[in-house]
Amino acid sequence: MAIDAATVRKVARLARIAEPEDRLEPLAREISGILAWIEQLEEVDTDGVEPMTTSVAATLPMREDVVTEGGDPAKVLANAPKAAKDFFVVPKVVE
Amino acid sequence: MRGARRYLHSMSETTNTKLIRGRTGDWEIVLGLEVHAQVASNAKLFSGAAVGAGAEPNSQVSLVDAAMPGMLPVINRRCVEQAVRTGLGLKAQINLKSRFDRKNYFYPDLPQGYQISQFKDPVVGEGEVIVERDDGSTFVVGIERLHLEQDAGKSLHDQDPNATYVDLNRAGTALMEIVSKPHMRSSEEAAAYVKKLRTILIYLGTCDGDMEKGNLRADVNVSVCRPGGHDRFRETGSFSHLGTRCEIKNVNSFRYIQQAIEYEARRQIEILEDGGSINQETRLFDPGKGETRSMRSKEEAHDYRYFPDPDLLPLELDPAWVKAIEDSLPELPDAKKARLQSQYGLSAYDAGVLIIEQDKADFYELAARGRDAKLTSNWVTNELAAKLSASHQDFADSPIGPGAIAELVTLIEQGVISSKIAKDVFERMWAGEGAPGDIVEKQGLTQMSDTGELEAIIDKLIAENPGQAAAVKDKPQAIGWFVGQVMKATGGKGNPGVVNGLLRGKLGLG
Amino acid sequence: MTVLTDLTLKAALDGLASKSFSAEELTRAHVAAVEAARPLNAFILETPDKAVDMAKASDARRARGEAGRLDGAPLGIKDLFCTEGVRTTACSKILGDFKPTYESTVTANLWRDGAVMLGKLNLDEFAMGSSNETSAFGPVVNPWKIDRELTPGGSSGGSAAAVAAGLCLGATATDTGGSIRQPASFTGTVGIKPTYGRCSRWGIVAFASSLDQAGPIARTVEDAAILMTSMAGHDVKDSTSLDVEVPDFSQFVGKSVKGLRIGIPKQYRVDGMPAEIEKLWEQGIAWLKEAGCEIVEVSLPHTKYALPAYYIIAPAEASSNLARYDGMRYGLRVEGANLTETYENSRAAGFGEEVKRRILIGTYVLSAGYYDAYYLKALKVRRRIADDFDQAFGKVDALLTPTAPSAAFGLGENADDPLAMYLNDIFTVTVNLAGLPGMSLPGGLDAQGLPLGLQLIGRPLDEGTLFSLGGAIEKAADFQAKPAKWW
Ligand SMILES: [Mg+2]
Ligand SMILES: [Zn+2]
Repeated sequence: MAIDAATVRKVARLARIAEPEDRLEPLAREISGILAWIEQLEEVDTDGVEPMTTSVAATLPMREDVVTEGGDPAKVLANAPKAAKDFFVVPKVVE
Repeated sequence: MRGARRYLHSMSETTNTKLIRGRTGDWEIVLGLEVHAQVASNAKLFSGAAVGAGAEPNSQVSLVDAAMPGMLPVINRRCVEQAVRTGLGLKAQINLKSRFDRKNYFYPDLPQGYQISQFKDPVVGEGEVIVERDDGSTFVVGIERLHLEQDAGKSLHDQDPNATYVDLNRAGTALMEIVSKPHMRSSEEAAAYVKKLRTILIYLGTCDGDMEKGNLRADVNVSVCRPGGHDRFRETGSFSHLGTRCEIKNVNSFRYIQQAIEYEARRQIEILEDGGSINQETRLFDPGKGETRSMRSKEEAHDYRYFPDPDLLPLELDPAWVKAIEDSLPELPDAKKARLQSQYGLSAYDAGVLIIEQDKADFYELAARGRDAKLTSNWVTNELAAKLSASHQDFADSPIGPGAIAELVTLIEQGVISSKIAKDVFERMWAGEGAPGDIVEKQGLTQMSDTGELEAIIDKLIAENPGQAAAVKDKPQAIGWFVGQVMKATGGKGNPGVVNGLLRGKLGLG
Repeated sequence: MTVLTDLTLKAALDGLASKSFSAEELTRAHVAAVEAARPLNAFILETPDKAVDMAKASDARRARGEAGRLDGAPLGIKDLFCTEGVRTTACSKILGDFKPTYESTVTANLWRDGAVMLGKLNLDEFAMGSSNETSAFGPVVNPWKIDRELTPGGSSGGSAAAVAAGLCLGATATDTGGSIRQPASFTGTVGIKPTYGRCSRWGIVAFASSLDQAGPIARTVEDAAILMTSMAGHDVKDSTSLDVEVPDFSQFVGKSVKGLRIGIPKQYRVDGMPAEIEKLWEQGIAWLKEAGCEIVEVSLPHTKYALPAYYIIAPAEASSNLARYDGMRYGLRVEGANLTETYENSRAAGFGEEVKRRILIGTYVLSAGYYDAYYLKALKVRRRIADDFDQAFGKVDALLTPTAPSAAFGLGENADDPLAMYLNDIFTVTVNLAGLPGMSLPGGLDAQGLPLGLQLIGRPLDEGTLFSLGGAIEKAADFQAKPAKWW
């Protein structure tokens, strides 16, 4: 399925990536090309095939309910672009 | 899997229609709730950081919670167990195979850029909750599902005029999202449902139910339709009979739930009556204004792109483990209510009032053993409950213990004190003056049953009021005046039964 | 005199054990080689002081008789592995100067066994690429050079180039669609992507969680086996980590392969494949026959659909995995007028073109209305591909294929054509989708004098057989060629 510039704009917004207007068309063309190639998957008969999300033939391992981490805000904030009073500081969120 | 889709209740116990009058006719409200209940656990759902409010900012945060590069989730067994326990308590289907999905969206208090939740295959399927109304009648709310998911962190908007502060202590805490069917028909029913659900969770020990801390909060789905729409929905299962719903997010008190619903239903009716239509949207309740308003920022382009979390494998439960959890369930509110009715002969209403708080029911049972069940129930649910609530205390930390109430009831039963005197004794107990027996003794509040002493008082009364005494012959109810006078003379201590008997004899009423 | 940087890992460990040289001497020789090789751009962060300190500590351990399996061995670490206190970037601007406060499990395992870190190695940004050209630090140059500069392949281009050029005795790498094996093929080195779940993913910057797997790149099959033995192991911090014993993989090298049945998948004979690669494959078959293997033709009918399925699954997972790079808690932040703009600016400035393209594709295929047609379909095709292998492994013990459809190509030659670039992984990506172990080892040189690799594919957890077969091919091929030192 070919996608257009408007779709690229929408998807870029969803992905929170600023794409300048003049990049939308070229991106739409590139991505459409890739999607067209991907669409050969339609040739594969997958009726009744169970989707495969992992190659691990095991079930979810569980941890015990024990506190083993935390207590070190400095470690959590060590790489923060902005922090104050042990909080992350981010642009004002308007609800 | 447990085949537990058991609707045991007759139609008489379904919900009550409460109509709202509009300009163009009547409307009915249809309500479905998504309750987020914080799982009682030590550590978070997918990390080893501690759970709990009140800690220093970012001090209960693991590298996983902060979504550092390369960090991976590992599920907490206790949280799964709590979800299963809750499912069993809701008489719901336990899905032995479930899985976790990612719900993708950007928000500063959502470090991963996605919430790990269960979208397609939740751990718990359909169940039901029996809910008591204020008048003691009951109705059934169907449970659609219960799933496990991560909570987000906290954004603080008041620390800085130009910035938001983010604390990730809450990020990654396990939540159970309990989704009801749209089975509630009034704000009272919605509040009663949350109240009952909260009671069940507290009995199960799976959530502390602290709504003030936000550990239990509700998303309320409100729609309105013309009368009969909901019945047709219940008959056919088709949502087409219902109106478009709006979801009011994160309401965290019974009062706000009711206010939000009342406001929202009115708002929708006004729009519809003006010929408009309802936008399916997410709204926020503003307790200050008592209004709901649209959350535009969240509304814009929400496409959560759910997909199975590739960092996690399918969650498979051992049926023996589920069975062991089931075997360890405590007596739940409905069972306790039934037992209180049969064991103590209480009415459904009284039993219902007692079981809504586990501590209250436990208190009652300790106090009532071998005593007048109804009388004990009244003292527990009226006098003591009122005192506790006025002083913001719980039955668990009541300054008057069940033994003291038992003693008080015994004094009444044995005729040592009258009910009226008992109120005085109770006040003194509350004031910390000691055990009821000691108070009665010290204050000389023992009921006068000594016939000689009472006879002297009565004889004197009749002698001083011959006219009144004569009148009683024609008008037997006038005996009340004499009873009152005797009580006055005895300072309320005259045993009413004895006083009555003596008066009847002396006044010639046989 | 021995040139310390020419030694195999095995020979170096033997030399350390016999006290022919110290870990400090060995390390200093490699530190010097790293410095001299800067034109290759293989290392994007050199940690010589740390290396020498670690080497001295190793010598002290050895003096106390406490030397571990890899004690004193200088290694390079792909910059996708988080290293405590040492800048980790995934070769993306978005991570800025990110310094992890933690150590990845795989690298921690290496340090536990006494290895020495020389520094961090270049890669395609977030491991997305097949030529190392998407790196924010610029491409790696393949030490194998002809008339022009060549790519070492990708994404583990820095790892492969460093090992081929003698800058380290071995390197960590990761493989999501071929990122260990294709660079190994392009540089005449040995690389193995173990069974999914063999190596912990904890602390490795994620690209596509269900496909990512760490493994070593080394100069010999035995060296790769030694490194694998240290890197692998169950990790309770990774829910997809396999709770299985890790054998000493080096035991398998040199074991007889007589009687093993080797499958030759006919679908790997693709149109336009250079004759030399076809010839090498035939040569590989002949070597294994001579070693006593039985050759069986097998069919993997869904092979051609592996790449398109991969280019849905990997970008989908990546679009979500990379959402955490948002400029809020670490890494690059480019402020905008409001929160949304800050997100958008940070991510636009922080991610390179290929990463953005994949995030957009991944976002699109997961979005409402397209999930079933793309993502779900790809997961079903993935199952078909895995089933093909299951069937084949009913008949054979391992498969032999070429690693890549070409030898190393010139830098910039495929840069403008994403599809042409994606085709590099045509033979390797099936293995990731099925979660199988796959090894690439050099089979010979093409007419230009560039190395070509052969790939061995095994049953889940049967890396041992791959090491035995790899050892047999290595012995028969007697690949001694080395890139001429031009840097
Ligand atoms: Mg909700
Ligand atoms: Zn939720």
